[in-house]
Amino acid sequence: MNEFLVFEGVTKRYGDFYAVRDVTFEVRQGEIFALLGPSGCGKTTLLRMLAGFIEPDAGRILVDGKDVTGIPPDKRPVNTVFQSYALFPHLTIRDNIGFGLKMARRGKAEIAAEVDRMLDLVDLVEHADKKPDQISGGQKQRVAIARALVNKPRVLLLDEPLAALDLKLRQRLLVELDEIHDEVGITFLYVTHDQTEAMAISDRIGVMNRGRVAQIGAPAEIYESPVDSFVAAFIGDTNFLEGRVIERLGDEYSLVAIEAMGEIRVYNDREISPGDEIHLSLRPEKLSIQTSAPAATDEARNAIEGTVEDVIYLGALTRYWVRTGERRLAVERQHSRFLLDEKPPTWGDKVWVRWRADDGYLLRDFAPEHAEMLSLPAETE
Amino acid sequence: MKKGRANIAGNRLEWLLTLPSMGWLLFFFAVPTVLILVMSFKPANAYGGFGEGWTLKAWIDMGHPSYPLIVWRTIWLSLLTTIICIGFALPAGFLLGLIRSKWRNILLLLVIVPFWTNFLIRVFAWKVLLHPLGYLKRALMLVGLASDETLLLYNEWAVLLVMVYTYLPFAILPIYAASEKFDYSLLDAARDLGASASKAFWLVFVPGIQRGLMAAVAMVLIPALGSYIIPDMVGGPSGEMIGNMIARRVFNDRNWPHAAALAGLLMIVTLAPVLVAFFTEKQHAAGATREGGGEAE
Repeated sequence: MNEFLVFEGVTKRYGDFYAVRDVTFEVRQGEIFALLGPSGCGKTTLLRMLAGFIEPDAGRILVDGKDVTGIPPDKRPVNTVFQSYALFPHLTIRDNIGFGLKMARRGKAEIAAEVDRMLDLVDLVEHADKKPDQISGGQKQRVAIARALVNKPRVLLLDEPLAALDLKLRQRLLVELDEIHDEVGITFLYVTHDQTEAMAISDRIGVMNRGRVAQIGAPAEIYESPVDSFVAAFIGDTNFLEGRVIERLGDEYSLVAIEAMGEIRVYNDREISPGDEIHLSLRPEKLSIQTSAPAATDEARNAIEGTVEDVIYLGALTRYWVRTGERRLAVERQHSRFLLDEKPPTWGDKVWVRWRADDGYLLRDFAPEHAEMLSLPAETE
Repeated sequence: MKKGRANIAGNRLEWLLTLPSMGWLLFFFAVPTVLILVMSFKPANAYGGFGEGWTLKAWIDMGHPSYPLIVWRTIWLSLLTTIICIGFALPAGFLLGLIRSKWRNILLLLVIVPFWTNFLIRVFAWKVLLHPLGYLKRALMLVGLASDETLLLYNEWAVLLVMVYTYLPFAILPIYAASEKFDYSLLDAARDLGASASKAFWLVFVPGIQRGLMAAVAMVLIPALGSYIIPDMVGGPSGEMIGNMIARRVFNDRNWPHAAALAGLLMIVTLAPVLVAFFTEKQHAAGATREGGGEAE
């Protein structure tokens, strides 16, 4: 019942290269589902297969129970917001928005009324009679959304819709897009390479890598409990710690020897036993930094001594790179107080980095090349 | 201040750069045109050239009953040539703009290759091909599409065929130039919004390359109206056009004022579509000047 849009074993290859490889997932009716991944991961190929511009080599795509594979794009119950907007330059904004209704041979009066409703929704009434090259990028984006939505598609496909806009405008349009979604209640399939965009707008995210879906879940799920090193490194930033389990400390925790760092406690996110090799993802904002030695630690906390090697002040927060043993840890410190009254740790300071044992997450899979995606590669020099 | 002076210097430079082409147009186009128009109001001189005084005789003589037929033939042959050329050039330009590989250059080369052979020789080749004893007729007779009496040469259809052949590249090239800049993703957008492939072509591609299309029409229609060599070589008496008439007045009758009046008539016929194109283009340009004030992204 919830399986409104279904990709079933979808595969697309170009020669030996698999653009999309045996992808299966479902999108629920009315949700905003983001396909997130780096360029070349297959997300746009999936979107274009749903739109009808590319036919899969294998598998099916179902919209509301109906197989749409093989149906030409103009007969599919979906509409697309293109990355470059693709507004018709020779038509006014009004005629751009009305294009789909005209193709559907609706009456003139009906088209005019629907277009007016859309112009109102995206707040472009006063620009209705302008040509696309007379309005701004953000306005073009809203025209593109209105032009697609006016046809009342079963699914609205958005292909990197905000990629061409600057940061502030992107954030504002993101909020607008969310409001539009609340108003129309149409299922959105949102393709992006920008993780903040995906997290901000979507109900669920499908993270893609090399033609496959690596993980599907709510934004917080994906961020807090990434299944593998790719997801952990692609979404946000993290520290990867490799080590070997020394012993179990009761049901919840284990003692682990981390390479080039020392012994720490980790939470048993999955069944581990002494001797197992483990990979831990530790988000920088979960770590705290202090200049004084901590009091005796309980078993649920870790404290590691180190030296501040680099400091990057970012306004809302400061990022520290702390050397502990033969490796570095990225630590983020939020500034919830007026910073000039404080004496924050600085270059060369001796510090203690602390975190709760259950704030790390044990990865199911780890590939060393994903460490290269972090802002601070794990090993130095 | 500085900016203002830079602008004045820029304007002066612009003028200097335009001067040679303006001079060229003045001496080799405007002056001869005026001279010819003036000549058409002079009396004829049997020994060539023209006589003293002024007269409307050359213009009045064009009322001769044989003229409307030739003017009409010139117009419909040229229009049909244009329509057929555009009919071929639109899909050709569409494909040339779409393909992105070495194939595009190869195909473009094929469009341009005929220019490497002298125009007269190419028309003469058609004459050989269409000759009553030529390969084409014999081949057509073999498959039963032509009989012994069929005439492929020396009629309007031969003129039409050779004109289409000659002017086709002039239609393809401007359309290609426009389609090369055309954003083909607009066709995806049209399909996505429910347009069939042919609707996307006519409602989005054709308006998108409108300027190239207008240029193609002008590049074919205007020279076609002034054709002389093609009807002269493959047209025969039933394929004559205004150009042949002018030549006959000059070379056979030595009636220069009459030829000049005919040339004036041809210019009026030619100018009409150009003026239409000019004014619609001007409106278009007026709409487009606001582009500059658009948005920086």
